Amino acid sequence: MKTIINGIKYENPTFVLLLGLCSALAVTNKFETAYIMGICVLIVLVISNFLVSLTRKLVSDSIRIPFYVMLIATLVTCTEMLLKHFIPVLYETLGIYLPLIVVNCIVLGRNLSVASKNNVKTSVLDGIGIGLGYTLALMLIALVREALGNNTITLMDEVSKITHYKAIYKVFPNSEVFPIKFFVTPAGSFLTLGFLIAFLKGKKYESN
Amino acid sequence: MNLINLLITSIFSSNIVLSRFLGICPFMGSSKSVKNAINMGLSVIFVVTLSSILSYFIYYKILIPTNTTYLKTVMFVLVIACIVQAFELILKKTNKKLYNLLGIYLPLITTNCAVLGVVLLNINNNYNLLETIIFSLGSSIGFMLVISIFATIRERFSEINVPKRFEGVPIAFITASIMALIFTRYVLK
Repeated sequence: MKTIINGIKYENPTFVLLLGLCSALAVTNKFETAYIMGICVLIVLVISNFLVSLTRKLVSDSIRIPFYVMLIATLVTCTEMLLKHFIPVLYETLGIYLPLIVVNCIVLGRNLSVASKNNVKTSVLDGIGIGLGYTLALMLIALVREALGNNTITLMDEVSKITHYKAIYKVFPNSEVFPIKFFVTPAGSFLTLGFLIAFLKGKKYESN
Repeated sequence: MNLINLLITSIFSSNIVLSRFLGICPFMGSSKSVKNAINMGLSVIFVVTLSSILSYFIYYKILIPTNTTYLKTVMFVLVIACIVQAFELILKKTNKKLYNLLGIYLPLITTNCAVLGVVLLNINNNYNLLETIIFSLGSSIGFMLVISIFATIRERFSEINVPKRFEGVPIAFITASIMALIFTRYVLK
């Protein structure tokens, strides 16, 4: 439990470690794509941490990085195929950012720094913690960006293919609020992430 | 005409860093000084162009005929890693001066999402060989341009008073946001 909270709060990959920012910025213009991306990373991270930790005594130092990269690439390809089968529209929307999980620094970073040194239980828990931290961070960014930039919060749109239930909410349903389109553009994502990091950092300083 | 258009858009208005968010890690990490940024940019230009050409042949001559396109991610990662390794070895033997210049940045490029991103974009957009070369050259030149401008701005941060909470990364992101506004202005409409 402590490891999981550590991953979410003190070692949050997006706000504290600043890893894997490509996808954090690219997929967060809609709440739905954000959490789907988060879940994909979570799955890849947990399974690869598990396998790496299981084989940590068999793999020698010299082939460590190539072996891990190949392992992650295989897992990502599997996740890609699953998503393509169940929610093809989201697969198209995520586009190249899904295969880019392979070079996402979080997965390789956690494999090298945690899973190759610890036992299976710690590694899997760490994977869950970091994965959840990443998902929550993405959801937070997407919440701000979509609410400000589009005046909506898309909980389930394409996912309704599985859940059979659509959920798209308006933030200001009755008033004539003009959404700030700037926040769904690339420039808006840089600004949102900058401000979020600053505010979360400020909170941590005050509590210390 | 179309090719010139592709080159210009890939350098400026659809710049890979500011509009597609590829290569954010080195953009934030190795842009502390202008010299570092330019060296990083040069090695990215080389690796991106070479791996795009090679992966073009691998995709259209090996993966499509054998109907194994689902292997593309695994193959491309392998190609990029091999090119980086080989480039490093060749450079070490032939041009010591350039090696000392680019040396430490080369291993970092393997995990730079810009390289795999450009390679995958080439395939996804169905570019032919000439377009592939132009697009990868354009995007990597765009990467170098943006990273060196960004480093120049960042060097000035030491001379100004930034609010305590915004020191370091947050102010860098806000700068990047303003740069993105300038570069992708034509896309906004």
